[in-house]
Amino acid sequence: MLGKTAASLFWMSRLLERTENSARLIEAGFRIALTHSSSAADEWASILASSGTKKSYLAKHADYSSAKVIDFLLRDKDNPGSVISLIKQARDSARTGRIALTREVWEATNEAWMNLKNALANPVDERDLPDVLAVIRQQSSLVRGAVLGTMLRNDGFNFIRLGTFIERADSTARILDVKYYLLLPSIAQIGSAVDNVQWETILRSVSAQRSFRWLNGSDISALSVAEYLILHRQMPRSLAFCYAQISDNLGYLEREYGNDVTSHRLADDICDRLLGQPVQNIFESGLHEFIVEFLAANNGLAAQIETDYNFQDRIS
Amino acid sequence: MFDEMLGSDDVVREPYADYKNWLDQEDVRRLHRKTEDAEAFFRKTGITFNVYGQDEADERLIPFDVIPRILSAREWRKLSRGIEQRVKAINAFLYDIYHRQEILRAGRVPVELIANNIAFLPQMIGVNPPGGIYTHIIGTDIVRTGPGEFYVLEDNARTPSGVSYMLENRETMLHMFPELFAKIGVQEVSRYPNNLRRSLAACAPPKCQGKPVVAVLTPGIHNSAYFEHSFLADQMGAELVEGHDLKIVDGRVAMRTTQGYTAIDVIYRRIDDDYLDPLNFLPNSMLGVPGIMDVYRSGGITIANAPGTGIADDKALYSYMPDIIEFYTGQKPLLENVPTWRCSEKDQLEYVLEHLSELVVKEVHGSGGYGMLVGPAASKKEVEEFRAKLIGNASNYIAQPTLALSTVPIFTEKGLSPRHVDLRPFVLVSPDRIDITPGGLTRVAMTEGSLVVNSSQGGGTKDTWVLEE
Repeated sequence: MLGKTAASLFWMSRLLERTENSARLIEAGFRIALTHSSSAADEWASILASSGTKKSYLAKHADYSSAKVIDFLLRDKDNPGSVISLIKQARDSARTGRIALTREVWEATNEAWMNLKNALANPVDERDLPDVLAVIRQQSSLVRGAVLGTMLRNDGFNFIRLGTFIERADSTARILDVKYYLLLPSIAQIGSAVDNVQWETILRSVSAQRSFRWLNGSDISALSVAEYLILHRQMPRSLAFCYAQISDNLGYLEREYGNDVTSHRLADDICDRLLGQPVQNIFESGLHEFIVEFLAANNGLAAQIETDYNFQDRIS
Repeated sequence: MFDEMLGSDDVVREPYADYKNWLDQEDVRRLHRKTEDAEAFFRKTGITFNVYGQDEADERLIPFDVIPRILSAREWRKLSRGIEQRVKAINAFLYDIYHRQEILRAGRVPVELIANNIAFLPQMIGVNPPGGIYTHIIGTDIVRTGPGEFYVLEDNARTPSGVSYMLENRETMLHMFPELFAKIGVQEVSRYPNNLRRSLAACAPPKCQGKPVVAVLTPGIHNSAYFEHSFLADQMGAELVEGHDLKIVDGRVAMRTTQGYTAIDVIYRRIDDDYLDPLNFLPNSMLGVPGIMDVYRSGGITIANAPGTGIADDKALYSYMPDIIEFYTGQKPLLENVPTWRCSEKDQLEYVLEHLSELVVKEVHGSGGYGMLVGPAASKKEVEEFRAKLIGNASNYIAQPTLALSTVPIFTEKGLSPRHVDLRPFVLVSPDRIDITPGGLTRVAMTEGSLVVNSSQGGGTKDTWVLEE
């Protein structure tokens, strides 16, 4: 497979995953804005920070009004992180890697672009927002379904999955990064009541508020939420889950290509060193430091995958 | 006016008899629905093209018409024999021009036509392309003016496009009207991708080891024909590469894979000669591969079509095609050339200037329907503006009579309505055989009365049927 094709598959799924995460973040923010309008501006600011677009937002807008933020995150073509820009880039990647995709995966991606272009053609009225966000998440699910249902389990499939989980781990870690301060006071007083709305928001932004309750009942503590998002091996958006998948995918590529690569060692190291410790240790040595280290390591891994599999021409 | 379905006297012609019977019993609403289905299908599949020079670089669909264009087996035999003769002559001509130039020495083609031909590549002199083939892929444009009257309009020896539409149009028709194909025997077109792969592999270069590795070279996703490039690579099971995926490694052209560089044997390139090699041609081209021409000359790669084949597309040279065919095959041409006035010759230019409003005038190196004058359709002002251009640079133009192109009905809001068409059959040339896919791409001028069928100018397409014997 061409290095460029591998890169296209990796980025196609990364960018699609990002549209989906963006929709979740907006949904969580919108709920706060509806119910606690006093803290809405703070919430939007932290959402822009989580999606890495706060700076470019402030270059354009002076305040955090819901309508402006939502439009910026969904429809602004000047914002490379807006859903409309992301889906366009994802579809361009799919076109570039077209020959490695099944017809179903290509068509699902192409239709995702067509449908979102349509859904986002005009400013989204607040009344329609839940529906539009649902469409965004659905399009990403349809592509994922086509990938799982029709692709050969070959190198191409594994590059697609790597993109998904690298992006997802990044997204979950960024949410924790932006909200970590909420967890800090509770370390001294484990078990005390925490701001339920804020916890809900964190869980909601990874679509985990209900699954958390199934597993934890009413025991909502900083420790249990952090453990859930970082270490829970069954939670499909936790860092540990993502890394179990990443390690599998890289292991597959090593076997397929018959060579050892640095990225697999890096991934295993992240699994063991960062994600192989009890949550108490993470809190003791500093949650914030942990997240910062994780984000850097995750980025480093993505760069190493690019290098190991010749995504780009290296100046030699 | 000759209509291919209704002749000149409104009697359904033989090749259309079965189809017309079927059509007469079809519910018009169903046909309308099918037309919409076809459009949705093309969009969903991404069978679109980018239009250059438009702001919001939106992708467009080439309009597709659900009424097939039908040729009988007998008509097709005549056409394909004529095309085969022409293609052989063009290959022999290209070999000759880049070797001994017998035809110039014999005075059958004027030397200036080669010397002043911008597509002529001195770098190709004395080079023997692998398998001796210059034009692996040709798309011969044919127009029709009567029951037995076919003319070759252009030879397209450089990089003919549109074959993906030929294939997808048939797929679409099979999908929409399966019952029709059970009723009427239509010759298959679906072997084209396999034949293309076989034909390219048959011209592997001397340095190829084992099974030839074939790649399609595209300028990238923003090119207007990108869909076709990825479609053909996909259908052939070939790689789809861009210039930045390639470099020269150990005297071979190699592509960057996830496991390092791997040599390529045959490149089906969809970029022009000028962009192929910045070391040998346009120095600032980012689309090609620096040094590929040296690898080519040393037998390390096959480039299809060979560099320098564009000389055969020159429209001034076109007027010599009957001589060229006779010179290399010893036979009279089986297919007619359109009579052509060369504006480089004084008496011919005079005639053209006097009859400008009746003629079609084309640039000798033009393509895609750009930069031409269709006299009868042009306003007085347009004719006069063109006259000035023509006088200023006469040798850049040729003129032809405005042919009464045949029509085939299309399906419109108001029912069937005749539109002018042309035909581009696709020809594959390999050392041991010539494959011509039955039919080809029928292009339709969607506007009533218009003669311009180019997709860049709003033309559409139809499925083309050649009936079984």
